[in-house]
Order: sequence, then C-alpha cells, then structure tokens
Amino acid sequence: MPQFAGGGSGIGQTTVEVVLALLFVAVGGLAVSEGLRLGNGWGFDGPQAGYFPFWIGILLISASGVTLVQALRRRGEGRLFVTWPRLFLVFRVLAPAAVYGAAIFFVGIYAASAGLVLWFMRGIGGFPLRQAVPVAAALVTVTFLVFEIWFLVPLPKGPLEHALGF
Amino acid sequence: MGLSCRRVLARCVAVLGLCCVAATAQAWEPSKPVQFYVPAGTGGGADQMARTIQAIVAKHGLMKQPMVVQNKGGGAGAEAFLEVKEKKGDAHLLLITLSSLFTTPLATGVPFRWTDLTPVKMLALDEFVLWVNTESPWKSVAELVAAGKTQKLRMGGTGSRQEDHIITVAIGRATGAQFTYVPYKGGGEVAVQLVGGHVDTTVNNPIEAVSHWKAGKVRPLCVFDSKPMPYPQKITETMAWADIPTCKSQGLDVEYLMLRGIFMPAGVSAEQVRFYVDLLDKVRATPEWKELMAQGAFNQTALEGAEFRAWLEREEERHRQLMAEAGFLAK
Amino acid sequence: MSELAALFHGFSIALEPTNLALMVAGIVLGVLIGVLPGLGGANGVAILLPLTFTLEPVSAIILLSCIYWGALFGGAITSILFNIPGEPWSVATTFDGYPMAQNGRAAEALTAAFTSSFIGAFVAILVITFVSPLVAGFALRFGPAEFFAVMFLAFASFIGLSSGSPFKTMASMMVGFLLAGVGLDTVTGELRGTFGSTELMRGFNFLVVVIGLFGISEILQSIEEGLTFRGREGRIDLRAVLRTWAEMLRHKAIVVRSALIGCWMGITPAGATPASFMSYGVARRLSRHGREFGQGRIEGVIAPETAAHAAGTSALLPMLTLGIPGSPTAAVLLGGLIMWGLQPGPMLFVEQKDFVWGLIASMYLGNVVGLVIVLVAVPWFAAILRVPFPVIAAIILVVCAIGAYTVNNAAFDIVLMLIFGVLGYVMKKLDYPLAPLVLALVLGDRTEQSFRQALLLSEGSFAIFVSNGLVASIMALGFLMLFWPVLSKLWSRRPAAAGA
Repeated sequence: MPQFAGGGSGIGQTTVEVVLALLFVAVGGLAVSEGLRLGNGWGFDGPQAGYFPFWIGILLISASGVTLVQALRRRGEGRLFVTWPRLFLVFRVLAPAAVYGAAIFFVGIYAASAGLVLWFMRGIGGFPLRQAVPVAAALVTVTFLVFEIWFLVPLPKGPLEHALGF
Repeated sequence: MGLSCRRVLARCVAVLGLCCVAATAQAWEPSKPVQFYVPAGTGGGADQMARTIQAIVAKHGLMKQPMVVQNKGGGAGAEAFLEVKEKKGDAHLLLITLSSLFTTPLATGVPFRWTDLTPVKMLALDEFVLWVNTESPWKSVAELVAAGKTQKLRMGGTGSRQEDHIITVAIGRATGAQFTYVPYKGGGEVAVQLVGGHVDTTVNNPIEAVSHWKAGKVRPLCVFDSKPMPYPQKITETMAWADIPTCKSQGLDVEYLMLRGIFMPAGVSAEQVRFYVDLLDKVRATPEWKELMAQGAFNQTALEGAEFRAWLEREEERHRQLMAEAGFLAK
Repeated sequence: MSELAALFHGFSIALEPTNLALMVAGIVLGVLIGVLPGLGGANGVAILLPLTFTLEPVSAIILLSCIYWGALFGGAITSILFNIPGEPWSVATTFDGYPMAQNGRAAEALTAAFTSSFIGAFVAILVITFVSPLVAGFALRFGPAEFFAVMFLAFASFIGLSSGSPFKTMASMMVGFLLAGVGLDTVTGELRGTFGSTELMRGFNFLVVVIGLFGISEILQSIEEGLTFRGREGRIDLRAVLRTWAEMLRHKAIVVRSALIGCWMGITPAGATPASFMSYGVARRLSRHGREFGQGRIEGVIAPETAAHAAGTSALLPMLTLGIPGSPTAAVLLGGLIMWGLQPGPMLFVEQKDFVWGLIASMYLGNVVGLVIVLVAVPWFAAILRVPFPVIAAIILVVCAIGAYTVNNAAFDIVLMLIFGVLGYVMKKLDYPLAPLVLALVLGDRTEQSFRQALLLSEGSFAIFVSNGLVASIMALGFLMLFWPVLSKLWSRRPAAAGA
C-alpha cells in the first residue's frame, strides 16, 4: 500500500489506472470476438456488420495498452487515487445507492426511495427523524402523484402498492 | 343484478339480450391502467395505430381505466415480445403487433413464438404499394422490371430481414429483376429518400407515402393484395386508392399484407379476452377509426378466435418459407 | 406578402384568451417535464395527446408545442445545476454550464442558457416564416452520404479539443462507439454485442449512460470532497439576468454563428444533438480563450444552447413538410397531427393554412412567454443549490433512477446507471475525458448506419462521398475542421516567419 507524503494511505493511482485499462482491454477483446463472429471483412458493398466492432475493439485495446504501459512506468511516483477515509465517505453513498438499486426489484421504487431519503438524511446528514420522515413522505407522494396519477407513467411497484390495489 | 335480470327476463325476451350483455361486461373489467405495448419506436405505423386507439378509448370513454401506450422497440420488437411472454396471466397488458411478430424470432433466433401469447383480435391489414419517383421513366411494373434486368435498382425499405426486405426478395425471385436493398430506420424516412431520388423504388405502406403522392412526387405502380383497395375517394386529381391495380394483374405475382393485431399474455381467462374484443369492436365503430382506415387505405379484414389463430398459423408458415428462400433465417 | 397576412391571422388565433392561457399552462408544465429526466417532452406530449381531443386542433397543437418549448427550456436547468443532461442536446451545455454553477455563477449560466435558447429558437422561427418555401425541400437532397458527411463534420469540429492524454481520449471515444453499437444492427438485422442477453437487446440508451456518467459520478465526487456541492454561494437575484445580458452582447458573433449552424442542422435534418456539439466545438476552436472552455466560460453555454434550439425548432419544418420527425418529441407531435386528420407533408401548408400559421404564431408567442416565465424563476432554480447535500443527493438519486427506468421501463437500467456512475467517477479521477464517449454514443450508431447505407447505394465505391457539390463541400469542411489546429498554427506562424 503506497504511502503519500502528505499523510494518510489509500489506493494508489497506478492500481486504478491499471485496473481500468485492463477492463477496457477486456471490453475491446469482447468487441473483437463479436466482430469476428459477425464477419469483420469488407464486402463488395461496404463493411460487414462486424467490421466496426472489430476495428474499434482493436483501437480500444491499443489505446488502453499504451495507457497501461504509461501507468506502469509511473508506478514509483506513489500518487494516491483516493485515501481510505475518503473512500469510506464514497461508500457511505455508494453502498446505500447499490442497496437502493437492488431493493427496487423487490419492494418497488416508492418504498425504496423513501428508505433512501431516510438513510441519507438520518445516517449521513444527521437530521432528526421528525425532519427526515416528512421529506421522505413528501417526495414519495409527489412522485406518485406526478408519475402514476397525472402522467400515467407506471414505475416499478412492490407488494405494498399491490396490497393497496395498484 | 341477478334479481333484476330475472324480472326482466320474465317480461321481455328482447331486453334479455341487452341485459346479459351488460352482465358479461360487468363480469370483468380492468381494475387498473392498461399497459399497451408497441414493439417498435415512436412515430411508426404500429405506434400511430396504438396511439389512435388510446385516443379513441379516452375520447369516447370506452373504458373506465386509462390506457397507457409504451414503446419497447429494442431488438426489432424482441424486447416487447419476451416481456409479454414473461407476464403470463396479466390481464392489464395489451400488445399491438406487426409482421415482426413472425420475422424477428425467425431472423434473430430469440426464443419466442406467437403461440406464447393470447391472440385477441386482428384489427386490420396494412397494404404495401410499389412506388417510384414521378420523375423516373417507369410508368408500369413491366417497365420497372425491364429496367431491373439491365441495371441494379436501389430499393429503400424499413429495417433488414423484415417485411420490406422480404417483399424485395420476393419481387426479385418472381421477375428476375435485380435489387440493391438499402435499409432505413423508419417508413417516413424511406418515402423521403424516394422523393429525394436517393433510391429508385420503395414498397411503402399507403399512409407513409400518401402525402408525397398527393403532392405529385411519387407514383404508385401496384398494390401487393389480391384485389384493389376499396377506397374510391380521389387522393390526387386523377387517382384514388381504388385505381391502383393489383400487382398480380400487372404480371408481378407477389402478395403481402401486414398484420395489425392485438394480443394479450398467455394464461388469461376467456372472459378477459372477451372484454377486450368488445372494446376493440367499439373502437372500430367510431368515426375516428374509420377515418384512420381510409387515410391509410387499410385492408379492413378483422378476425378473432379460431379464425385468427388459423390465419396466424398460416402466416407464420408462409414467413418461414419466404425467409428461408431469402436466406434470412437465423443460423 | 401572403405569408405575412397568414401570420397575422395566425397571431389573432393564438392570442385568443383560451389559447393564451393554454400557452402559459403548457410552458409551466413543460418546464416541469424538462426538469424531471423521467418525463421527457415526448412523454408529456404523448400522455396529454388524448386529453387534447376535446380542444380545437389549433388550440391543442398550441398546448402541445408549448409543452415542447417548456421542456426545452427546462432541460438546461438540470444540466447546469446538477450536471445531469435530460436530453442528448443538453450534454454540451453541461461542459461549461456546470462549472459555472460550481463557481457560484448558476444564475448567469441559467440566464445565458435560457436567453440563448430563446434567440436560437427565434431565429429558426424567422427562417421558417420567411424562407420556408426555399428551404423546405432542402432535406430531400440529404441521402445517406450527405448524412454521413454531416456526422463527420460534427465529429471533426469536436475532436482533438480535449486536453490530456490522447490515448485516454481515444479509449473514451471507442467505448462510446462500442456502447452505441450494441443492439440490433439496422443494416443487416443481426443482433450485435448482446451475448444472448435480453436486457442488452435494447442497447445502451444515451440517457441511462449519461445520467450515470455525469449525474451519479458527480454525487460520488462531491461526497468524496466533503459532503457538499461546490459553489452554492453567490448572489442570486434578478439583476444577474441584466448582467448576463450585458455580457452576452459581447458574444454577438457566437450567437449568430451558432443560430445559423443550428438552423442548417435542423433543416437538413441532422438534428439538435450534432448541432450543439458542433457549435460548441466551433466556438471553442475560433475563440481566443479556447483553452479556458470547460472551466466555466459563458460562451460554452451560449454556443450549444443557441444551436440546439435553433436546430430543434427548424427541424419542425421538415417534419411539417416532409413528415420526417427530428426527435422523439417531434415524432409524437407528428402522430398527433395524423390523429387530428392533418397529414404532414408538402400539402399541409396549402391545405391547412390556418393550422400551420396558427402553429407558427404560437411558436413566436410561446417562446416569448416561455422566456419571461423561466427568467423570473431563475433565482428559485438557483436556490435549489442551497438545499443541504444529503437531502438533495438523495432526491437526485431518486429522480435519476426514475429517469433511467422510464427510458425503457426497465429496472435493469437503474443498475446500469449506477455502474456507469462508478465508471464515470473513476474515469474522471483518472483524467479520461467523458465528452468524446458521449459524442460517440449519441452519434455513433447513425454515423455507422449512414456510412454503410451510402456504400450499399454506391456498391462499395467511396466516390459517393464526393459525388455532388453538397456532399463534397460538407466533407471538405469536415477535413478543414479536423486539421484546423494544424492549419491555424501554420497561419499564425506565417507572418512571424515573414517578419523574421
């Protein structure tokens, strides 16, 4: 774990650079294989369906390859991508957001949204419940009215809404 | 209800019919908004028809719950088909279909057949007309075909391995004319490309090309139906839809009509299907619907029940054959 | 001048009290729709369409087109305040609009955006009013080769602008192209890059990717930097409007040029999205302060907004005369016309004079009414930034999730949005430019498609890209733009060399 002169430790810039470049190389590889499957040639009347995916994949792999090498060369500089305490902060938002995304599949968007607002206000903002609950309730009610009732845009619903007959 | 019905029954047989129609209508009706899926993007023929139905239902108050149109055009409709297939037994879901009901599964290999759905009603069939630019030298099918034997004609159409493409290949096989098929995203775009002279000919649906025809920019050569279209009102100064000859009479033996039908997910009750059949019958009786039919010169064949199923069976087989001949089947 | 007489008749129709009231209602509703990414203009128009059947066709189209104007104005608000573009053509507005808001100049950015939209739309309406017979047929000359040339021009005027590693720029753009290619290939009808997944069949929608890359990643970055949106201070009052107008006067040339780019792109009809990118690119290329673009220069807001709205408005011309819609919203309006028994096409201007001129008159009035309404509301919009971060972040997340969901009515897209949020956060921190990714994502599909269509038509010959004056000159302009940095260096060196 690289140490930063200014104090604190965290994830090194190089590590993230390398991971992202490798990810792009992998995506490029997928594109190349898909291009080969569809036919990457140049027919008499223009490129086949796989021509662009194939060459774009090759370009992506080459560009990310260069970035990868550049990142590895700068390995010694020990620059930090993010310090642990800051990463922790990010996760305090990202984790509930991920849970929120998953919860939508089970309890619908309204219940999940209310939960998210409560969590953010209470857990992150430190607001008392007597402020958080009305905000959550108001948000859910307004969204429900605007989308379901006025504009007839059906949003994902869970057991609660079904029990209420929607 | 039951009691009053019995009393009425005792008095008058004529009213009996009415009373029981009311009784079945009450038996089931939607309890929440009805989703109406369109397996294509906004602005196309299926979308227009779905939105017209939505508007007619709302305007005439034909249903207590609102109808909500949603476009799910991903993968040439595969997205919508697979989703409706998933939602077995959901009686608040309708699907409007076009030829992609057959062509998409055959061309892409997605695991879906029309038998995964409950057919409700065929509303109409959409015609296809062979068009050329007014400034082109071709005045008849024979002239166009003759030209197609000495040069490659550029045919514009909607999508690839779909109805326009199938017709193009069928014309080629029937006459020996050579075509380069150029796919575009929508029928309106195709019509404009013809007017602009970027393609030589198209097989646009009437509604896609009618305004250009009125303006004298395009010329219809024939219609791919067994008989001329039954709309005698003049569209241009000299011609009506009814004046366009059938392709067969012009020596081009190709017939093709596109389904505009309504489906529900599998596993719904007969009663629920009945409700929507009645609803669609009411829609078809409105002046707005008749106007849409006249404007788009639709073939107003409407089928339901066993007849509709038999038709679907036949059409699917025909599409399989046509697409196999053209080499469009998924490997 | 029969056009003028017809226009004044149109004004008399549009100025009836009921129609005026509908106009105001439409604008307010439209702004609301524009602010919520889940309710695009297309959505609002589509849903209200059935309701409008109780109205006269002219009144109905006034209501609907005012919702359209309102939504156009509203789209800029989220771009500037939260870095969340609600429509593809608002993306370029975020490049400088959001940094301006962060520097405490939210009110100026909003005013500039609204005023530019207004001017762009206004110029386009003038074009529609007075030269429509001349330009109405122009779109007909656009075949696949010409479309490709325009797309090439849009890319060429934008490319090479981002500073930083060229390899990262390239990787970013290639990812955009790959994302754009997922789904059904129009030309062959084959599924590409879906790897058997139903969820991927619909492809990567621009909105889902951009809400994630721009909006969600911004929340992550903000919290990392200390739980706050930067720049929520700053004086916010109506005087900011006057100050901004004074500042905009100094950028007259940009306004005029952007409006012209927009009108041209709308009539062709390439659409508002390439217009906004192109206008931004050109403004930056020709500006002496080009290097400061992206850090909050007002020209970077004026250029894309003016062009986007000039294009969005003038695109109604090909829609009315040829029946080709320039955007999903226009497509729904088109559907509406047909339902009212008005067949869009060359004959509409002849057969339905009242309707067409009523619509054009309502464009003039709707825009003026819209501008007044949104300008008055500027301080309120800007005040949103004072809401405490935990509250606003949660609300943004919810609104983004709804936005991502409603694009395709797919909950999977919410997950995608979060993934792109993380990707955007990482890419930004590693100095990958995101603009090339979005540009490629938005235009990649159409570019590839028209390229391949053109070659189908020419049977594989590249000569089609120089086959007539129009396509050849657009291509030449594209190459000029592409090599502009080199050329301008040569140009500026020449006098110096001569002096030495």
